Amino acid sequence: MSDVSQTHASLAPSSAQKFRQRFLPFLVFGAILLLIPMTDPSRTMYALMHQMAIYIVFALAYNMLLGKGGMLSFGHAVYFGFGGYLCMHAMNWIDDGGVWGAFPTFFLPVLGFVGGAVSAVVIGSFSTKRSGTTFAMISLGVAELIFAGAFMFDSLFGGEQGISGDRMNGPEVFGLSMGPQSDIYWFMAFWTILSVIAMYAFTRTPLGRLSEAVRDNPQRVEFIGYNPQRVRWLVFSISGGFAGLAGGMSAVNYEIFTPEALSLIPSGFVLIMAYVGGITYFAGPIMGAVLLTYMSSMMSDFTEAWLLYLGLMFVLIVMYAPRGIAGIVFGFWDGIRGANSAELLRKWSVQLLGCLLMLIGLIILVEVSVRWSNGWGEAFEPFGLHFTHADIVTWIAIFVPIVAGGYVLRLATREKEEMPA
Amino acid sequence: METIVFALLNGVIYGLLLFMLSSGLTLIFSMMGVLNFAHASFYMLGAYFAYTIMGATSFWLALFIAPILVGLVGAVVERYGLRKVHANGHVAELLFTFGLAYLIEEIVKIVYGKTAVDYKIPSLLDFPAFTIYGASFPAYRMFMLFIAIGMLVGLWFLLKKTRAGLIIQAALTHPHMVGHLGHNVPLIFMTVFGIGCALAGLAGVIAGNIFVTDPAMAVLMGPIVFVVVVVGGIGSLEGAFLASILIGLLQNFAVGISASFADIFWFTGLSPTSEIGDITVSSLAPVLPFLLLVLMLIFRPRGLMGEQEL
Repeated sequence: MSDVSQTHASLAPSSAQKFRQRFLPFLVFGAILLLIPMTDPSRTMYALMHQMAIYIVFALAYNMLLGKGGMLSFGHAVYFGFGGYLCMHAMNWIDDGGVWGAFPTFFLPVLGFVGGAVSAVVIGSFSTKRSGTTFAMISLGVAELIFAGAFMFDSLFGGEQGISGDRMNGPEVFGLSMGPQSDIYWFMAFWTILSVIAMYAFTRTPLGRLSEAVRDNPQRVEFIGYNPQRVRWLVFSISGGFAGLAGGMSAVNYEIFTPEALSLIPSGFVLIMAYVGGITYFAGPIMGAVLLTYMSSMMSDFTEAWLLYLGLMFVLIVMYAPRGIAGIVFGFWDGIRGANSAELLRKWSVQLLGCLLMLIGLIILVEVSVRWSNGWGEAFEPFGLHFTHADIVTWIAIFVPIVAGGYVLRLATREKEEMPA
Repeated sequence: METIVFALLNGVIYGLLLFMLSSGLTLIFSMMGVLNFAHASFYMLGAYFAYTIMGATSFWLALFIAPILVGLVGAVVERYGLRKVHANGHVAELLFTFGLAYLIEEIVKIVYGKTAVDYKIPSLLDFPAFTIYGASFPAYRMFMLFIAIGMLVGLWFLLKKTRAGLIIQAALTHPHMVGHLGHNVPLIFMTVFGIGCALAGLAGVIAGNIFVTDPAMAVLMGPIVFVVVVVGGIGSLEGAFLASILIGLLQNFAVGISASFADIFWFTGLSPTSEIGDITVSSLAPVLPFLLLVLMLIFRPRGLMGEQEL
């Protein structure tokens, strides 16, 4: 050790660093949210942004479990759903008047938080006794139980039609009638920024730190006198609460909730979102939520097989980029500022070329197959090209890029291995 | 009376079918620590492969070839997918198989279409095997029973009586030692994964035509198989067997009972028109495995035969 004068205080980040790392991103995020309405978005844009906002909160809540707590849940939509359902019922109570009549719809997500958290406390009391794979299986079983059970209690879950309500009742706050999309935008912006800040603040609390410790080494946490089960339970409950908050946002946005919202499909979607975004970064799930919501609404217009692309992207990220899109973005950012940026850039462009080539072949393969399977004799016609499954040119256009791309990628990895460590 | 006999027979058959799936899952789990989320997808692949092969040749050929094909697919998945992800830990492996389940479902949708395919019972077995109390029992179900028992005996023989089984058992607990003794442990892992998937495929071949062969069959079966594995005690084949039969019987008996909660809990004064009183036991059948799971976790967390609390 050359630097013996290193102390706790000298290791601490300077206030400029603190500002840059802890406050600036939120200021930028807040500024973007404030600026968006000035571009006068269309109705579809608003709808898309509201969906993004819901998923940002949901994915961050999910990552509180997976990324920070190391708990892989296949049924987190249960808490999203419980929060949402409570809000739907509350919306109808507001409509009925009485004591509830004085409750503004704007604050319904608070109830969503309560609903999600309470259900997570109850279910977490037995499910968080385990971690890892067992926890994952339990979460799946509980989710199936609740989803199947939801159809038995129509007065609570509304059966197939679900429960609907009207968000425009109750007193106005901040001058928002909650009717038009632009009013809902402010509602979404408010709750998104509030929950993002709250969840970031949570990662800096002792409990947030402990949950990371429990993820990495539960035994040592036990040695220093904490109960890992209790920590998991607490984190699980808070995460369930934020999921419920997202459910409340969704309830106000769509004014309807069906039991489908509790099923394994949204649970799987939020898992994919958080993981694709990058679970080791706080911002990862935000990126994942924005990207995947955008993809799900845009790509489903272009291709029938978009779920296949989604699955493929997920598997590839699990295999080759376990730190997700955030990992790629931050890795790229650090790389171009690092010492041998030219070398890295060259390597990345070769890899990018290989990936793009394979992607071209793959897209043609998938799109031609989809049309072949539909059996309407339709051809895949990108940019005025014409691909049919009976044409040999199509198969050349599929396999040549895939093989060439694979070869380029192989070259790139071999180079990496030859480089001195 | 015939209700009981039929529920018993169907329950045992369904239970054995569940065991076909859960045995592979348990073997793979106890050997590699990987919970194969895509296990039910291999079951689905088995049914679809059999449908294709049956269309080209005959059911009897499909019965042998489809499971082998599924096993090969499984081995390829292990070799080129799982082994690569293994370095990133168990959660990454679980996520990989989760993504794989997704992919298989989408690919099946593209290749075979989104609706159910017409995978039929072979005409040779399409007759009533016997008639009791005026109701007939299909021969194909008896055939399923024999196949399942044959598989059970075969698996038991393979694991307990052959040298390969001995090595597999050793590799379950002491993979490093087995490696030091000169056995190719990754190859053993790949083989076990393949065998597990082939068993799931076989279950798909014989069950696909009696249930429905559609892209949703994996999603329907998957969670129940997980329940079996947890209830039986993670990593225990005997436990998986008991739990399979238990759940098979439970579900089939529940379906046959039309009593509602109001009938059962009459002493509490529950009204038959109220929401809870209106629930019948038969409508509860699909929920029962999951209810069992939750109860098991609360009262006996290590499962029926599990050795330790995980």
